[in-house]
Amino acid sequence: MAKIIAGIGTSHVPAIGAAIDKGLTADPYWQPFMDGIEPARKWMKEHKPDVCIIVYNDHASAFSLESISTFSIGVAAEFPPADEGFGPRQVPTVMGEPELAWHMAESLILDEFDMTIVNKMPVDHGLTVPLSIMYGQPDAWPCLVVPICVNVVQYPPPTGNRCFNLGKAIRKAVDSFPKDYRVAIFGTGGLSHQLQGERAGLTNPEYDKQWLDKLVSQPDSAKAISHTEYLREAGTEGIEAIMWLVMRGALNAEVEEVYRFTRVPVSNTHYCLTILDNS
Amino acid sequence: MRGPRDYDDIPGTYVFDGERSRNGYELNMFCMSLNQAQNREEFKQDESKYLAKFPITDEQREAVLNRDWLAMLRLGGNIYYTFKIAICDGMTMQAAGAAMSGTGMSEDDFRQMMLDGGRSIEGNRSKKEQGIG
Repeated sequence: MAKIIAGIGTSHVPAIGAAIDKGLTADPYWQPFMDGIEPARKWMKEHKPDVCIIVYNDHASAFSLESISTFSIGVAAEFPPADEGFGPRQVPTVMGEPELAWHMAESLILDEFDMTIVNKMPVDHGLTVPLSIMYGQPDAWPCLVVPICVNVVQYPPPTGNRCFNLGKAIRKAVDSFPKDYRVAIFGTGGLSHQLQGERAGLTNPEYDKQWLDKLVSQPDSAKAISHTEYLREAGTEGIEAIMWLVMRGALNAEVEEVYRFTRVPVSNTHYCLTILDNS
Repeated sequence: MRGPRDYDDIPGTYVFDGERSRNGYELNMFCMSLNQAQNREEFKQDESKYLAKFPITDEQREAVLNRDWLAMLRLGGNIYYTFKIAICDGMTMQAAGAAMSGTGMSEDDFRQMMLDGGRSIEGNRSKKEQGIG
């Protein structure tokens, strides 16, 4: 049977993708960041998940205000990199796992999570930057991917509690899939940052640190945080942290945090990365 | 008009709720069109002509032409959408952040603020705290 071996949380800052794609990673601005993510890349090489379920948000690439789905699941065989305004990123096409994705879609819907099922979905930096962070620049991504897209652009996004419970339902779906896949689940986005308005550039590392501690060992407390608290303390885009709660919901009640790295600034954000061992 | 909400007290912040989305729909869909290379070219060649294809308000049109990023937010623009105009202009997120801060800050000032740890949460939690609520 398939098994979730770990949860990975990472910001999905587009500038990281640009720095990697343009070969700027030896630049003094990026070097400390690259050093910080190296142990995570090493962990990935050692643990080699067959499938990564990546919980992310689309940034007006595949979806627009024409139709806004709270939770979507990509069931296609392939997901091409999206053109976000400067041409598609020159990264490998993301290969899906339609059999697992359909199994998950059916299981989730019967479990009362009314997913939007998506067959055609270019994927933007929200999904491809986490892959670049964890895998560098391979010719092909070394894992299959099931994309789970969460609306965090149109207010209100789903509650933290709902996201956590979706994670639990994902766990149930994966556990009942009859292939011996080793699965990693990614929560992406955040942590504190605000891109818009007079408060643009806001970060709150102290809040993020406490939030990460709660995510690891007191998820019940993390999932109860209100939208207004995120908006106020972590910034309008800091609310993306709810996607990490989907990841956490799919893990055991007790997990071991095997790696954490945080840095201000990465572009306009407080970059955070965590690896939670679920064995 | 919707009633007051608790997040209205957060300074310098434009929560993209239903009301903003309703006001900004056409503006944001214009921005969305810039995902296609051909449209970007057309917009760059003659901005007014390209904008005339979209049923946006005169105020929204002026805000786009003047690159008034804060006005776009006030008129229902969403940052992920309006930033597509900035990408078209070859502008960085730091330049956009500086322009939106409304204090005449330069891109370098903004970049330095980020290097120094970002805009502090202290004093920026609520309008009440800033004495303007």
